[in-house]
Amino acid sequence: MIDFGFGLSRSSAVRLDEVDLSLYKRLEELEPQVRTCIGCGSCSATCTAGPWSGMSIRKVILNLQRGRDIEKMLSNCMLCGKCTMVCPRGINTRHLILSLCRIYEKK
Amino acid sequence: MIYEGKQKIWSDYQKEIPDDHWYFVRSCIRQNFFPASERMFTEITRNVLGKDVHETPYHTTCGGIAYHCDTIPHETVMTIVARQFSLMTEAGYENYAASCITSFGNYTEVLETWHEYPELEARIRENLWKACRREFNKPKYLAHSSDLIYKWRNEIAARARHLLIDRHTGEPLRIVEHIGCHYSKMFPSKGVGGAEYPYVLCGMIESWGGQVVDYPERRHCCGYGFRQYHVQANRGYSVSNTHKKFESMEPYRPDAIITNCPGCPYFLDRWQYVIAEQTGKTYGRNGFGIPVLTYEELAGLVLGYNPWDLGLQLHQVAVEPLLDKMGVEFDPDAKYAGLNKEDLLRPGLPVNMKCF
Repeated sequence: MIDFGFGLSRSSAVRLDEVDLSLYKRLEELEPQVRTCIGCGSCSATCTAGPWSGMSIRKVILNLQRGRDIEKMLSNCMLCGKCTMVCPRGINTRHLILSLCRIYEKK
Repeated sequence: MIYEGKQKIWSDYQKEIPDDHWYFVRSCIRQNFFPASERMFTEITRNVLGKDVHETPYHTTCGGIAYHCDTIPHETVMTIVARQFSLMTEAGYENYAASCITSFGNYTEVLETWHEYPELEARIRENLWKACRREFNKPKYLAHSSDLIYKWRNEIAARARHLLIDRHTGEPLRIVEHIGCHYSKMFPSKGVGGAEYPYVLCGMIESWGGQVVDYPERRHCCGYGFRQYHVQANRGYSVSNTHKKFESMEPYRPDAIITNCPGCPYFLDRWQYVIAEQTGKTYGRNGFGIPVLTYEELAGLVLGYNPWDLGLQLHQVAVEPLLDKMGVEFDPDAKYAGLNKEDLLRPGLPVNMKCF
């Protein structure tokens, strides 16, 4: 092996055929509005809890679409609702978080 | 959705491309990376398709690399671009075609800025006059050179000698298309198909008989990203991006990749060697890599040009498996012969990736 002075990180390539999307599909049933999310990140930018807790709704939705666990991130939300006020697609993100909490409770 | 409404939305994704009379500017880096590509563009458009494509040796860089590396301000870039437009005006053209994706993004950004802030355009006109006593008209149409090949793809298909069909199986070749980020991610309405459905390379692949490969990381950056590579400490990030793309496309077993950006073919090609030397993994079949071509090189192959005249010997990943599938005749001994037929000697070969 040649040492180039730099290395590779582990690939974060997403294989949608191999991941479990059941959580996202249940969220889509409860909150069809989630389909209109454009991932702009306005919600995360305005999140009070975000800078110190790692909470990001954009990441929550993205991780769900990629079949990844979001429970830890979810527990950091304070449900203040500022994200709902800035969403350019009019998604009720606060309600979306509550629905996700319900999904996790049933799980 | 109502059909008329759908048609209206789709029309926003289309781009008007005039059929002839283009003023063409070259890229700073393409001629070093893949030197025959721009040569083939002028050869195909002028001599094969009979179009009027004018260029001048007096044009310079558009300033895009320095701008995206944060070394010159936008006002300087705008003045450089204004000088380029003045050369077009002087030559009597109204349609401006750039060979480089970043230049295309740069020209689009400058024109949009002037549209939003006319007072800035007036200041740049003054700067240009003070600097070199030049004046300019803005181009009526701005295109990337891949837009033109896309426009004329069916004319090329009508003259094709080799289609993108595997001669052993009769199946269409599976081609990955990779669009440069500055083509339509910055100004979606300026590219064919916008940012969501970029069709500029898909159109060529389909017209020439191939099959477009769709894979999860299709729209991910090639990894070049200017500072990702130019700052030496960031190169691990650059190659990791490329690695992510290859890991994602691997299960779809592509036969080749085509791109329309100067940086993308270079990094998708060269990083395959680095990944192979670091991990021992190759992404093509039988220990080879996946050949990465520019759209002009592919158009040249389709039209029956000699692969060594297209500069395919300058690729790191061996292109011979693709040539074999397409049924392109080539002389393996002439691969490293110069124009005067003198042997230019063989380069060192990689350890973990098969090459000729």
